[in-house]
Amino acid sequence: MNPFMIALVLLSISILIAMIRAILGPTIPDRVVGLDTVNTLVIASMLVFGAATKEVIYIDVAIVYALLSYITTVLIAKYLEGGKI
Amino acid sequence: MMWELIYVLLGIGIFFNLLASVGLLRFPDVYTRLHAGTKCTTFGSIFVALAVMAYGLWKWYDGDEAMISLAIHAFFALIAILLTNPTGAHAIARAAYRSGVKPAKAVIDELGGEKND
Amino acid sequence: MLVFIGATILCFIIWLLFTFNGSIWQWDEITAGIVFSIIAGAITEKVAIKEYRSLSPKKWLYLIAYLPRFFYEMAKANFDVAYRIITGKIKPGIVKLSPGLKNNLSITILANSITLTPGTLSVDVDEAGNLYVHWINVKPEFFEEKDIKCKCRYVCSTFPDWARRIGE
Repeated sequence: MNPFMIALVLLSISILIAMIRAILGPTIPDRVVGLDTVNTLVIASMLVFGAATKEVIYIDVAIVYALLSYITTVLIAKYLEGGKI
Repeated sequence: MMWELIYVLLGIGIFFNLLASVGLLRFPDVYTRLHAGTKCTTFGSIFVALAVMAYGLWKWYDGDEAMISLAIHAFFALIAILLTNPTGAHAIARAAYRSGVKPAKAVIDELGGEKND
Repeated sequence: MLVFIGATILCFIIWLLFTFNGSIWQWDEITAGIVFSIIAGAITEKVAIKEYRSLSPKKWLYLIAYLPRFFYEMAKANFDVAYRIITGKIKPGIVKLSPGLKNNLSITILANSITLTPGTLSVDVDEAGNLYVHWINVKPEFFEEKDIKCKCRYVCSTFPDWARRIGE
């Protein structure tokens, strides 16, 4: 069996565990930390999926996703601080 | 031989990624969770990306010419992760402190009392 | 003008790397690459911070020499955090550091390095360049130390010196 597929299953499990923290809270920064971790794990699993199917397009999506998720995190952080966006 | 290298790299990467999400559940407050949620995922993702790059270079060396782009694009994704992750963590930590979350079980807090803007 | 030329060449190299798929590039790919690089360079010239001191090759060599050392510290950090996740032994606290760095680039390099190394996470920075660092395992020796340089050594080994060499 393709080892990249096994890695993808294990990464999905860790995404689910990180999701539990994003749902439980208790404060808003906790949820943001959970979301940030989920984002990084999604990028890693996109890389693995691209290698498993030998399609480069998934890795291109991962690059754009990394940059966009960073902007999201910084925006939420700015909003929590109480500054103007 | 190459499969063993890829197995080892993927194994280290997955181990740290799983550990990061377990740490996210186990730690008591935002700051310690950030330790688990950013350092371990960055380190794990480096190894996952290295595994993908090794796979692409190996297939390219074996004669499949289009696979070199897999390695190059994985390298750029790795640079994107490395540049954005610590900065995002710093932004969340600062926002958490300014929105009034105090560190739990802290033995010292030298920032407290000096910031009120 | 220097910013425009540099940014255009950098964008063009990245474009070539992105569109490379095993065989040599087609002419239409190269033409499109030149057009988009010039547009990106023109936009970069308007927003870039014009500070030519950081272009000197010595600083780039220092940066390359810094990376292996940094990666070693990062690997150590991850095993430390892994140990703390499994056992749950933590002793967190926020401490203040005065590394004495002046410009923004070196403070950014230091703060990012601190975030990725042994059990430390930069929380805030004030106008005087003092860093506030969340430390997952505060050592008691840290408070007995009076010298500022030695204080930094407990938290971030020799990173302030490297940041000064690269950034200033």
